[in-house]
Amino acid sequence: MESFINRIDQVGAQERIARFFSRSIKKKSKINALKAVLSMIDLTTLEGKDSPGKVKQLCYKAVHLHDQFPDLPTVAAICVYPTMVSIAKKSLNNTDINVASVATAFPSGMTSLEYKLNEVRMVVADGADEVDMVISRGKFLQGEYNYVADEIAFVKEACGKAHLKVILETGELVTLDNVRLASDIAMEAGADFIKTSTGKVSPAATPPVVLVMLEAIRDYYKKTGKKIGMKPAGGISKAKLAIQYLVMIKETLGQDWLNADLFRFGASSLANDVLMQIVKQSIGVYQSANYFSLD
Amino acid sequence: MKTKNKKTDWSYSPALESTDHVRISTKNDLFINGKFIPPKKGNYFETINPANEKKLADVAEADQTDVDKAVKAARTAYENVWSKMDSSERGKYIYRIARLIQERAREFSIIETMDGGKPIRESRDIDIPLVSAHFFYYAGWADKLDYAFPGKKAKSIGVAAQIIPWNFPLLMAAWKIAPALATGNTVVLKPAETTPLTVMKLAEIIQEADLPPGVVNIINGDGKTGQAMVDHLDVNKIAFTGSTDVGKMIMKSVAGTGKKYTLELGGKAANIIFEDAAIDQAVEGIVNGIFFNQGHVCCAGSRLFVQESVAETVISKLKDRMETLIVGDPLDKNTDIGAINSKMQLDKIKMYVDIGQKEGGSIHQSSCSLPEKGYWHAPTIFSDVSQSHRIVQEEIFGPVLAIQTFRTVDEVITKANNTPYGLSGGVWTDKGAKIFQVSKAIRSGVLWANTFNKFDPTSPFGGYKESGMGREGGLEGLMPYVNLV
Repeated sequence: MESFINRIDQVGAQERIARFFSRSIKKKSKINALKAVLSMIDLTTLEGKDSPGKVKQLCYKAVHLHDQFPDLPTVAAICVYPTMVSIAKKSLNNTDINVASVATAFPSGMTSLEYKLNEVRMVVADGADEVDMVISRGKFLQGEYNYVADEIAFVKEACGKAHLKVILETGELVTLDNVRLASDIAMEAGADFIKTSTGKVSPAATPPVVLVMLEAIRDYYKKTGKKIGMKPAGGISKAKLAIQYLVMIKETLGQDWLNADLFRFGASSLANDVLMQIVKQSIGVYQSANYFSLD
Repeated sequence: MKTKNKKTDWSYSPALESTDHVRISTKNDLFINGKFIPPKKGNYFETINPANEKKLADVAEADQTDVDKAVKAARTAYENVWSKMDSSERGKYIYRIARLIQERAREFSIIETMDGGKPIRESRDIDIPLVSAHFFYYAGWADKLDYAFPGKKAKSIGVAAQIIPWNFPLLMAAWKIAPALATGNTVVLKPAETTPLTVMKLAEIIQEADLPPGVVNIINGDGKTGQAMVDHLDVNKIAFTGSTDVGKMIMKSVAGTGKKYTLELGGKAANIIFEDAAIDQAVEGIVNGIFFNQGHVCCAGSRLFVQESVAETVISKLKDRMETLIVGDPLDKNTDIGAINSKMQLDKIKMYVDIGQKEGGSIHQSSCSLPEKGYWHAPTIFSDVSQSHRIVQEEIFGPVLAIQTFRTVDEVITKANNTPYGLSGGVWTDKGAKIFQVSKAIRSGVLWANTFNKFDPTSPFGGYKESGMGREGGLEGLMPYVNLV
């Protein structure tokens, strides 16, 4: 398998990150970036205590980010647990916002393949446009790469028309070499998107991990001509960091990836910080956080 | 999934560093004996901004009389004050200089960028922080010289004449001045003609630090001024960084005079990528090795050796990466590659690119557009070249890389050493054993493993063969400035 020869030097990766982060994004480019970030958000609620009411409110927020401010995009998708899919689907009727559901015994993935496939079929039947699965990290760390690949392929099949995002849970993969290998396996096995984290493990998305995954996507595209999407998730709550990720995409994958079809942020509180920055760019001062709705 | 098909055409808006707070004196005199004084003959020359060819300031040209005056001031300060001063007191002065540079770091960075053409990102993040780090480091040595060379006593030597190049103006001044002062010597320093302004600003700081008059003297001029400094009978030590040709002339001049000397000259470093390297990081290393500071780096990784099995991948990734390099206004914070330092240097680079093409090399340049005014050169790589090509043998000192492939470790070691130079080198592999095998076999002063162009004041720097002699930086950097008794 060719993917075995892709080595990553952590020090070098971190140096590259420092270069990306020294880019100075000002004026028009900042406003454009902020709006792009909004349109790439998978507005997420993944808690055991989620209620139908909360999901409905979040869906309303997804369409009405900040109505006081004209010409704002909507977010890309709402990301929920399986039991909330039908509620979200109903709430988002007549919008172009996707419903994404986590599945495959999220977040641990510690169950049998049969259960996982059933869960996937269920959320797709309930109307999920996108499925966020987790890989079996235990099997991966055992070196059972074929098992991991086969599992992804089965889930992909069960997804039907729904888009498959494969969560690597990089916080449990320990090394960047592993992140690269897992990315390569996921793409070969049929992922439409690769995603860093569940948000339930720390560290979640980190810049070096995202860089390594972007490089894997770039190399896969060079080899096959297929464009795989990328979704960092967890711990991205500030607009500044989100813009820095856009810099990384632009300079690693190019303009083609700078849209919600190929790039997403998995985040719950990022949107409000971005909105606050957009308003600040327009009126010159920061407004109180109380002016931005919390749903 | 509902696709959005929303194209984002996102480019970076200009992010110019403000120059409002920067004060550049339009007329720069000679700094001798703690004062700014006009040159005897009253001659001044211009220094320009190579990014737009606009004049920045006039700079005094020192002739023989002025050189005499500067050396005399240095001698007097040496005999009467500096060599007699308690070493911990000397250290305090050097610490003070280091702190003042740190406080005014941004101002120094901007002037360095305006006068020399390097991107503000580099002058701000690399040059100036290293300058203050160098002064801090040698300030620490001042009162510890008794412990530096066990069993020996380190005695100062007298007046040092120091001549520095235009690629890292203030950093080279720091490399020269800091160890000289720490060891109790006094100096006469001459910056390059195209980049005198940050060093003149340093003169202001030296005044502000209340350094005793004559301990540091700074004069300007061309090769003639440098020659007068080298030939001066009352000078005890020559420190030169620059071209190998001038280095050879200096060696001839000082032969038999008893003057000590250190020479840091050219290079044509081999940067070696093995098939088991982390390829994406190695590509960054190639870029950093040859395009850092527009390739105006004596230790630049200008000869790239890539192992056959990964050559196609590496070159293809390198070409992609070159497209993302932003070439343009050095004061823009997003600029990766700034202006070529002078017209003369640009002509030289162009000459070599012509030669490379005439000799049959395959050229590839990034598709960036270059500003009309000023001196610019696109990042350039040549493949299909051999050790017999001139662009592989001679130092270009610009953003031009010559790429060869290799099959075995022995082959690449032979080729890496097949050069009159020996300043630096790079090796990229995931195998620790291979790093040691290769680095032991390559005759160069510095060899970086899985990185390139890293500098630190604690680490000695200098060359083998025609790359020079003597070391700067670290404990070894004290030796050229002391007599051990």
